[in-house]
Amino acid sequence: MKMKELNKTTKSNLITYALVIITYIIVQIILESGHMSSLMEGLLVPLCTYVILAVSLNLTVGILGELSLGHAGFMCVGAFSSAFFSKCTAELLPSGLRFFLAILIGAAVAALFGMLVGIPVLRLKGDYLAIVTLAFGEIIKNLVNVLYIGIDENGMHFSTKDSISLGLQPGGKTIINGAQGISGTPNDSTFTIGIILVLITLFIVLNLVHSRDGRAIMAIRDNRIAAESVGINITKYKLMAFTISAALAGVAGVLYAHNLSTLTALPKNFGYNMSITILVFVVLGGIGNIRGSVIAAVVLTLLPELLRELNDYRMLIYAIVLIAMMLFNSSPKAIAFREKYSLKKLFAKKSAKEGK
Amino acid sequence: MSFISYLINGISLGSVYAIIALGYTMVYGIAKMLNFAHGDVIMVGAFAVFTIVSTLGMPIRLGIIVSILICTVLGVVIERVAYKPLRNAASPLAVLITAIGVSYLLQNVALLIFGANAKSFTSVVSWSGIKLADGQLNISGVTIVTILACIVIMIALTLFINKTKAGQAMLAVSEDKGAAQLMGINVNGTIALTFAIGSALAAIAGVLLCSAYPSLTPYTGSMPGIKAFVAAVLGGIGSIPGAMIGGILLGVIEIFGKAYISSQMADAIVFAVLIVVLLVKPTGILGKNIQEKV
Amino acid sequence: MKKLQKFMSLALACTLTASFITGCGSSESSEGTNNATTENTAETSADSATTGTFKIGGIGPVTGGAAVYGLAVQNGAQIAIDEINAAGGVNGYMLEFKFEDDEHDAEKAINAYNSLKDWDMQILMGTVTSTPCQAVAEKTNQDNLFQLTPSGSAPSCVQYDNAFRICFSDPAQGYASAQYIGENNLATKVAVIYDSSDVYSSGIYENFYAEAQNQGIEIVAAEAFTADSNTDFSVQLQKAKDAGAELVFLPIYYKEVALILTQANDMGYAPMFFGCDGLDGLLAVENFDTSLAEGVILLTPFAADATDDLTVNFVTKYEELYGETPNQFAADAYDAIYAIAAALEQSGATPDMSASEICDLMKTAMTEISVDGLTSSNITWNAAGEPTKEPKAVKIVDGVYTAM
Repeated sequence: MKMKELNKTTKSNLITYALVIITYIIVQIILESGHMSSLMEGLLVPLCTYVILAVSLNLTVGILGELSLGHAGFMCVGAFSSAFFSKCTAELLPSGLRFFLAILIGAAVAALFGMLVGIPVLRLKGDYLAIVTLAFGEIIKNLVNVLYIGIDENGMHFSTKDSISLGLQPGGKTIINGAQGISGTPNDSTFTIGIILVLITLFIVLNLVHSRDGRAIMAIRDNRIAAESVGINITKYKLMAFTISAALAGVAGVLYAHNLSTLTALPKNFGYNMSITILVFVVLGGIGNIRGSVIAAVVLTLLPELLRELNDYRMLIYAIVLIAMMLFNSSPKAIAFREKYSLKKLFAKKSAKEGK
Repeated sequence: MSFISYLINGISLGSVYAIIALGYTMVYGIAKMLNFAHGDVIMVGAFAVFTIVSTLGMPIRLGIIVSILICTVLGVVIERVAYKPLRNAASPLAVLITAIGVSYLLQNVALLIFGANAKSFTSVVSWSGIKLADGQLNISGVTIVTILACIVIMIALTLFINKTKAGQAMLAVSEDKGAAQLMGINVNGTIALTFAIGSALAAIAGVLLCSAYPSLTPYTGSMPGIKAFVAAVLGGIGSIPGAMIGGILLGVIEIFGKAYISSQMADAIVFAVLIVVLLVKPTGILGKNIQEKV
Repeated sequence: MKKLQKFMSLALACTLTASFITGCGSSESSEGTNNATTENTAETSADSATTGTFKIGGIGPVTGGAAVYGLAVQNGAQIAIDEINAAGGVNGYMLEFKFEDDEHDAEKAINAYNSLKDWDMQILMGTVTSTPCQAVAEKTNQDNLFQLTPSGSAPSCVQYDNAFRICFSDPAQGYASAQYIGENNLATKVAVIYDSSDVYSSGIYENFYAEAQNQGIEIVAAEAFTADSNTDFSVQLQKAKDAGAELVFLPIYYKEVALILTQANDMGYAPMFFGCDGLDGLLAVENFDTSLAEGVILLTPFAADATDDLTVNFVTKYEELYGETPNQFAADAYDAIYAIAAALEQSGATPDMSASEICDLMKTAMTEISVDGLTSSNITWNAAGEPTKEPKAVKIVDGVYTAM
């Protein structure tokens, strides 16, 4: 009875939260009973990471309506800043507090970068905006690769050349060692923390979408000029959505960095390829559809792992499945076909006949 | 002296970007889609020539012609199977994702057929180029051929688009698909033709890319593809002379960045210049400013 | 949109169920329910005890830009496995080998490792590249599973006592190269071209730099490139030329070196080129004009055209099976499998032991054995996991490697 009183969006949001929580409970039960395979167990934290990334990118692509190809850059910033913090304070703070602070730092630094990037970028439109975000992502990756930071008794030393020019005193240690990155980050990420972060991300994004600010953002997406004419501050709202999206990507980066003991900025994990992978989740899940992003991120992260049995043909099949899924989901013909033969419609016809 | 030699090197690198960017910008201008698989069509073109010339020992000219044919057919097939069904999809991003899927597919097929080992590509240009200032400066034959090819292709494309019926149809389709259809233009045919020409250009680009930098792997096309995309945007995407200017400029910036600022940060410098250009001129150097209507 | 969600949730449910099943029963079960699969796993491990096979896992990139290294390791290891099995196995037990893809990514490497654990792997031969290797080493240490990496050269790959390696470490290579150049008075003015986005390359460079000062070598130019701009080297070469470098040190892989040599030739710049083990494979690049590589010196433990029986046998087999000349990665993997076999024999481990028990035995056994391999004869290991072997300097003369 009560469900009926809730409006449609609240109901839909609750379903999304419930989906995540139920999945969590099921996974915990399987984990407790020892039936979870090592592969799946190892994938739990990465899955949370990708879900957060997909949801946060959907905020930019779906809600704000701007194509961003530099999302991995924000993830990279979050990952490196938090890993740096954790490495420095590994012996000083208890792990719970340290990780909590690391998450805040990752989010804050990524948000700062989001704002810095957003101010110039958001003046552009369409594909030009996309290429500039890609450019920023690549710049961030490149700069992280030449960053050397070391600590000794005299404090911190920076260099962009090599670790030798840090000039560390004996006993000092290099924290970020250029391309060799940061190694020995404490493994603080757990599935429970991951799920909590996923829920927080969903809460932030879903609430934003259904708030006054969210409606303003979507008004800009649907018609910028009309939105401007009714007095919506375009720059403010665009920047707001972009910054929140970057901060959440930073959180995903924190989760990523604290799941692996070694962190390097390779083209594979923080380059444009990763940004595109996240974009695939968003588009396949349905642009602007938050729940879709969650599901697509999970399915597409699991898919290549489940195809491991195919050995050499694994990535080939993955590519074919990706194309096929996209065609099946988005092609107008396939949609018409699905509607024609959907179960719901068949049932609806039957009940309509019976009703008569 | 080293300045001039850097400049020459920059132009040779840029000419390769330019020739790839021409195909990119052509497809974008008409079909309004970022064809992420373009770089991999280049790789296919290069492998086709490699197989025919180096493995089968056939003449180079035959190799280039067959490679162009293979890429043309490939381009049309990709368009038919992966892009056309999504042309009227709710989101324009859908086709971007299948393009990425096609890119993965081509890379992995090439990996299975040719293996991951780098292959050394025999340059199709045997002329060693021009030596200036007592052999201090050397403009390689490939560079000159690439630049000439760029100019020829640029002029040919411009003439084709402006002077032929098919070219005019392309322009009409790029302006407004619906209206073009009403005027009796075969929209599907025109877009297929665009992909055919774009892919044929990719084959030529592949041959010249691998002649200039003779190392061929299944992943050869992806990074130059992205760089060429950047070049096309820099020059104003959709503009044919813009692609050439953007490409050469990008090459020169990359080399100068490495030479005078930092070789470690060359990528960052290239992208930073792109950002600055786009902030000053938001549609690229030769891009048209589109007035937005309510 | 609703349809889509339904479809997606259905797909998700299917994949999740499927993953639990395939995960648990990846041995060979085809039963449907979770309960049945766990029983099956127990059964299969009992099976493997009676038939007696050691399960050796391998991890490396077989797709993506680094695939060339992973594929070589996979192939090289497979040859060794087949040879050992054909000769009657280790103490009468057969070896079973399974190789998983990590796409040169730390996260995927962990997935590959977990997937091998589901297969009941007892010993790990991997991973091929350094960054994933460090991540996996953390896990093998937690699980106490014996790990021998063929080519993970960064120092922290073997920081735990359960991890050993076949190749030289990056510091050792950088140090040895500087020492070789200094002691043989090859040059005093040296330029370095290295990949600043690569762990292997920047690791060697730093140690080379440190040792060069002790050897009285002046580094006149240290120019970097990155994985995203690795086609044009004209600037780096021009700078080396302008600085008057007599020798160019190339701590990078042969794919880039092939381009560097071509471009140096175009420029008319002909210094001495000196490289590390990554350079091996240069002459095997299909269609490469070997005259460009004339005079290149490299410190490598393996040369595919050495004439000893072991190398000839291996190279012939490899070419027959895979249609290309093996590089040092394949050789490292081949030696890795033989080292594992020798250590297993020495330790007296049996396949019915758990991975952790085998690991404890192997840790000691590794320091006791000595292996005559492709990459060196008489290789021994210290407890820190580092091999003791002599780097060989070879020079390319008339298109073939010649010992110096």
